[in-house]
Amino acid sequence: MTMTNVHTNIAADAHPVEMLLNMGPQHPSTHGVFRLVLWIDGEKIVRAEPHIGYLHRGSEKLCEGEQYHQVITLFDRLDYVANFNNEWAYCRAVEKLMGLTVPERAEYARVILGELNRVASHLLYVGTMGLDAGAMTPTMFCFRGRERIQALFEAVSGARMMHNYFRIGGLKEDLPENFVQMVKDLMPLLRQDVEESDKILTFNEIFLARLKDVGAISPQEAISYGFTGPCLRGCGVDYDVRKAHPYSVYDRFTFEVPLGLDGDCWDRHWVRVQEMYQSLNIVEQALQQMPQGPVTSSLGRRLLRPPKGEVYVRGENPRGELGVYLISDGTDKPYRVKVRPPSFCNLSAIQHLLQNAWIADSVIILGSLDIVLGEVDR
Amino acid sequence: MLNSVKGMALTFFSTLKGLRKPVTQQYPAKPTPVKERFMGFPALTWDDKVPEPFCTGCMVCVRNCPTQCMSATMKDNPLFAEGKSARRKIIDQFEINLNRCILCGICVELCNFDAIVMSHEHEMSTYQRNGDRADLPALLEIGKKYQQTTNWQPPSAKTKATAAPSPKPQPAAAAPGETKS
Repeated sequence: MTMTNVHTNIAADAHPVEMLLNMGPQHPSTHGVFRLVLWIDGEKIVRAEPHIGYLHRGSEKLCEGEQYHQVITLFDRLDYVANFNNEWAYCRAVEKLMGLTVPERAEYARVILGELNRVASHLLYVGTMGLDAGAMTPTMFCFRGRERIQALFEAVSGARMMHNYFRIGGLKEDLPENFVQMVKDLMPLLRQDVEESDKILTFNEIFLARLKDVGAISPQEAISYGFTGPCLRGCGVDYDVRKAHPYSVYDRFTFEVPLGLDGDCWDRHWVRVQEMYQSLNIVEQALQQMPQGPVTSSLGRRLLRPPKGEVYVRGENPRGELGVYLISDGTDKPYRVKVRPPSFCNLSAIQHLLQNAWIADSVIILGSLDIVLGEVDR
Repeated sequence: MLNSVKGMALTFFSTLKGLRKPVTQQYPAKPTPVKERFMGFPALTWDDKVPEPFCTGCMVCVRNCPTQCMSATMKDNPLFAEGKSARRKIIDQFEINLNRCILCGICVELCNFDAIVMSHEHEMSTYQRNGDRADLPALLEIGKKYQQTTNWQPPSAKTKATAAPSPKPQPAAAAPGETKS
C-alpha cells in the first residue's frame, strides 16, 4: 500500500493485469543511477518510463559561476569516461569565440589523447556489454586494456580520470619527453587487447543470439530521436562529426566510418568495436605526423575575457555528438553554457526501444545505448 | 553447431592464456608506484635556503580554486625585518579542506612563488567528516616529503635563472593573475 501512496499517479495508470517493476536507480546494469519503471505483462514490457536526474549536479549553472579556465574541471565530470573529449569540446568553443589558433603540436596531442580516450571508453562499453549479456571474462580483458591507457593518461596529465589537461589555446604543459615512445610501446598491446575482446565476444554464438535483432531502430526514427555517434551509425547512417564537419586536424588522417546494417544492438556493438581499430589507426598516423613546437598559444596566464557573442561547437565523443553552446557577455565568466549531451539524446529513445521487448532484453538494450549518467543528468 | 564448437574452442584457448602471469597487483600489499606527474593532494613547499615556506599568502590560489577549498592569511615576515629573507610577507595560516579539493592542479599552475605543489600523497582518508582539513604544518610536512622523494626544484628557478627573485606579495585586489588582463 505504501507503494500506491508514493506513486499514486503510476498506480492509477497501471492496468490491473500489468505488473509494475522498478528497475533502478540502484541497479548494476543501469550504468549509473538511472531509474526505469517497467509495466510488464508476463515477460513482455508493455510500457517503460525512464526517470533521470539522480545525478543532477547543475553543471551548466555552475559553469556560470566559474571563470573560463575553471569550467574545464566541470566538463571533465560530464562524461566521466571520456574526459579528454569533453575538455576538448569546451576548449574549442572558447577558442572559436576568441578566434584563437591552437599550435600544431597541441592539436596532434589532443587528437592522440582524444582517440585513446575513445578506445578506453569503448573498451569499458564492450566489457560492460559482455557483463550485461552474462559474460564475465571480456570485462576483465577490457579493463586490462583500459588500465593501460589510463596509466598513460596519468603519466601525461597527472590524473587517471579527471585530467584537467587541455587549456584554452593549447595544453597545460608539454607532453612528457618519452611520450611518443610510450604510445608506440602501447599500440601493439592495445591492438592485442581490442582484438582479444573482439574475438571472444563479437561473433560469439550466445552473444549473437542475445543481441541480434534486439532493440532495432530504423534510420529515420534514429534521426528523429536525435541519435548520434555509434548508435546512429549502427543504423547505417553515415554521420561522423569528424568526417562531416572536420575539426582540429582530423582532415589529415585517413580513417573509415564503420556502419551497421540493421540498427539493432549487435550493430551498435559491432560499430563500436570497429571504431576502436579506426581510432588506433588515427593515433598511429598522428604519432608520425606530430611536430615539435609550443603547445600553448601566446595567451600566457592572463585572465580570459572573450568578446561578447555566442558560439556553438560540436565534437565527436565516444557516445556521439557533444555540442557546446556558449554565450559570453564580455566578462571573465560565461553567461550561459549549454551542453548537448549525446547520451541524453540517445537515451530519449529508450521508451520506444523497450516497447514490446522482452524483459530480459531491457538490460541489453539499455547497455547498447552506452549511456553515462553524468552526462545525461549533468 | 559448428559455431558453438568454435566458440568453445576459443573459450578453451582463452582459458589457457589466462594461466599466464596475472596482471593484477594486490593493492594494499603492493602499491602501484605513481607516475612522476601524478597529482595527489596539494601541499606547500619549504625553502631550505632561508628557511621558511615559499608561500607569501598572496591568495591567487585561494581565489582561483574552483571549489573554494582553501583559505589563507599573511603576516609581516619577521625574517625580513632581520634581513635574512627577501620575502616581505609570509604565510600565517593556510588551510586546505582536502575533502573538497578536486585535485585539478589550477592552484599549482597559477602560483607565482612555486609555493604549492601537487604531492604524490593520495592515501588520506579519515574517519571524521572534517578530518581532512590540513593546516599549515600538515601541508608543509606533506610538501617536505614530496620535495625529498622527488628531489624537487622550484620550476621558475629553471626558467628565470638570471632574473632576481621578486617575492614582493601582490595586494589582494591586484594579483598577478588579473593585473595583466
